[in-house]
Amino acid sequence: MTLRYVQGLALVCALLGFSVFFYKQAVLGLPLTEDASRSAWTIEASLRFEARPGPIKAALRVPALTPGFATLSENSVAGGYGYDIGYEDGGRRAQWAVRRASGEQRLYYRVVVYGDPSIEEADTTPPFPDPPNLTEPERTAALELVEEVRQQSADAASLVSALLRRVNDPTPDENVALLFEGRRGGTRRMSMLIDLLAYARVPARSVRGLLLKDEQRNAPIATYLEIHDGVEWLFFDPSSGSQGLPDNFFAWSRGLETLATVQGGSGLELNFAVRRSQLDSLDVATNRAEQRGSLLMTFSLFSLPIQTQAVYSVLLMIPIGALVMVLLRNFVGVQTFGTFMPVLIALAFRETDLLAGVILFTLLTGLGLAIRFLLERLRLLLVPRLTAVLIIVVLLMLSISVIAHQLGLETGLSVALFPMVIIAMTIERMSVIWEERGAQDAMKAGAGSLLVAALAYLVMGIDALEYLFFTFPELLLVILAFVLLCGRYSGYRLSELRRFGVLSRKDS
Amino acid sequence: MLWGHKLKDSGVIGLNERNANYITALNSRRLYPRVDNKRLTKSLAAAAGMAVPELYAVAESQGDVRGLPETLAQHKSFVVKPASGSGGDGILVIDGRYGGNYRLINGELMPESALLHHTSNIVSGQFSLTGQPDIALIEYRVQFDSVFDEISYRGVPDIRIIVYRGYPVMAMVRLPTRQSDGKANLHQGAVGAGVDLATGLTMSASSGNLRVRDHPDTLTPIAGHQVPHWGRILDIAATGYEVSGLGYLGVDIVIDKDLGPLMLEMNARPGLNIQIANDAGLKPRFAVIDAVLKDGAADNEPEARARASVELMQPFSPR
Repeated sequence: MTLRYVQGLALVCALLGFSVFFYKQAVLGLPLTEDASRSAWTIEASLRFEARPGPIKAALRVPALTPGFATLSENSVAGGYGYDIGYEDGGRRAQWAVRRASGEQRLYYRVVVYGDPSIEEADTTPPFPDPPNLTEPERTAALELVEEVRQQSADAASLVSALLRRVNDPTPDENVALLFEGRRGGTRRMSMLIDLLAYARVPARSVRGLLLKDEQRNAPIATYLEIHDGVEWLFFDPSSGSQGLPDNFFAWSRGLETLATVQGGSGLELNFAVRRSQLDSLDVATNRAEQRGSLLMTFSLFSLPIQTQAVYSVLLMIPIGALVMVLLRNFVGVQTFGTFMPVLIALAFRETDLLAGVILFTLLTGLGLAIRFLLERLRLLLVPRLTAVLIIVVLLMLSISVIAHQLGLETGLSVALFPMVIIAMTIERMSVIWEERGAQDAMKAGAGSLLVAALAYLVMGIDALEYLFFTFPELLLVILAFVLLCGRYSGYRLSELRRFGVLSRKDS
Repeated sequence: MLWGHKLKDSGVIGLNERNANYITALNSRRLYPRVDNKRLTKSLAAAAGMAVPELYAVAESQGDVRGLPETLAQHKSFVVKPASGSGGDGILVIDGRYGGNYRLINGELMPESALLHHTSNIVSGQFSLTGQPDIALIEYRVQFDSVFDEISYRGVPDIRIIVYRGYPVMAMVRLPTRQSDGKANLHQGAVGAGVDLATGLTMSASSGNLRVRDHPDTLTPIAGHQVPHWGRILDIAATGYEVSGLGYLGVDIVIDKDLGPLMLEMNARPGLNIQIANDAGLKPRFAVIDAVLKDGAADNEPEARARASVELMQPFSPR
């Protein structure tokens, strides 16, 4: 009767878990593995300057149109400053302001983006540019140059290529030499190129951005020439003349204005840092699901702050560790100290790595056990004795850390992350079993605990599982269903086949 | 059932089956204190007319421990045990004095300070199942009958009887060895000898998970010894059901040379090694009792059930 209830309950749990899982996976399209999501980038622009007396206003051009990339989030870190984002001609601008400040100031603007090829240059077709007002003799030289390259080209793209070829020629003709005298690089050269293209009635502008690579603390700004051929925007490298953008080019801003300005401060420095981040790649999946407006995702783990999410990604693995424990105890019959102690030890292994963890744990318990036996001779009361063991465990951890550090073994430091109360309890229980049942039983239970802890650690450390349960926590219901069924397993444990071996060999 | 079909054929019950099908079904949690707290067991058993070892003193606090030497002075031999201990842990058996020291049954001498330290550890809860503060009991030390002298090494041999829904179904004698330090605990190395429920004769024996023929210390064959007072022992075991209310119960009985059988303690989670000692599984015997109870032929009197068991278990007799 009870068995029916348990089976029914397990079935309900499993169905519920699986149906939510399939809905999220098939309908919302949440990826099953981490690799299926796109890589995300965190780009951080930092402004640094010395404050002068009086109010300070700082501004930074920030990304607006970013072909090939979608923006996940943007924010600013600037203590005490008012911050807002405004639109201006040719893009967006972040502005900071403060009434007064002193000393070195640091303002940060951070944007998280991920590659998304579906995002294209979604800009209106610009009007034909007006001819610029150049003075003689530059005007004549410009007109002659434009006329020459127009003769050598068929359309806007080839015209720009021809122009860049002429301009980049190591031995420039006299027109180019005149026009670009003193404009060998930077914005003034780009400005002249745009002016020349205006004579050719080709809309053009400068675009500045970053080439996203794994980890850059001081990412250089790359500048490209962007022209409109009447249908779409095309990109040219102004120094090599080649057409097209590298895949990892992230357009930061357009136009020739300086990227950052400050009033009321001096010595402005602008720096860009780029980082590829793990957690954010999960956000990409949520972002897409949120765009579908699903209520399920509104109430999901992804709605929590990132730090809390990180905690849960660990917490969600504990049931998996406990499942390993159930299997090993009830199906195999491994003896352990306490019920969940091995899972807690496994959690500690996450900080130390398996091998170092096992060695440190054995070392600590062994030393602690030796000292516990010395304490036994002093005939202390139970609670003071437990406390004494705890203090000794802390001292042992301390000395292991210090000695390991002196020897240059960094893993020794991570011993500090072991839950010392658990180690003290392990030592106490082990010594009681040792005295009452003998060394063999104590060793057996100790080794069993380590074995379960190691296996639980290995299973809990599978990244794919961690991702799966974090993205689909409803799968825990399936685990629950399985554990419920385990709870009614009345068959033999593997160890019992040996234990009762004499009874089963009776007939043969 | 994933594995062990052969074991299943011989009716052996494993830990999972014991826990899932018998303990949770037949032993209500609220009845556990009746057997887990040996002080309560003692008073309940005495009220039901069961013979139990006399209680000399109780230490409920560290203050009581300090007052113990006065009480102990009146008794030559005694046993110190935790009220909520398990598996025989924390039990000290003192059988006399030598100088200012207490003499343990293995001949070791123990200064009074060590004895008091042990008692205070009991009170602190070192041996209790949950680590909760406990009570130390000082009670009559059984002057065991010499019947098992040939097949035990010091200590008190005791008789464990499994009582299923009020009917005794399987029995064994636990014989202390040098390895078990005089304790009648199979985990600590005592030898378990199956007892024919119908006759009270010892049969096969086991040590650990192995079958043995002779006692490891006395080298005497274990089979063929008659347990005295067998009828009364079965009566006591059956009464354990009334006292505890547990449907799956282990009753531990010792035989005093003057007082006869005494109920030592009862267990709500009796171990499964008794099956190895008897060379038989428990399950077929449970089935027999289940069939009887299904027919509504239940006996209300413990003595009647004990006699019925002798008949019902006849088919499992070795002869």
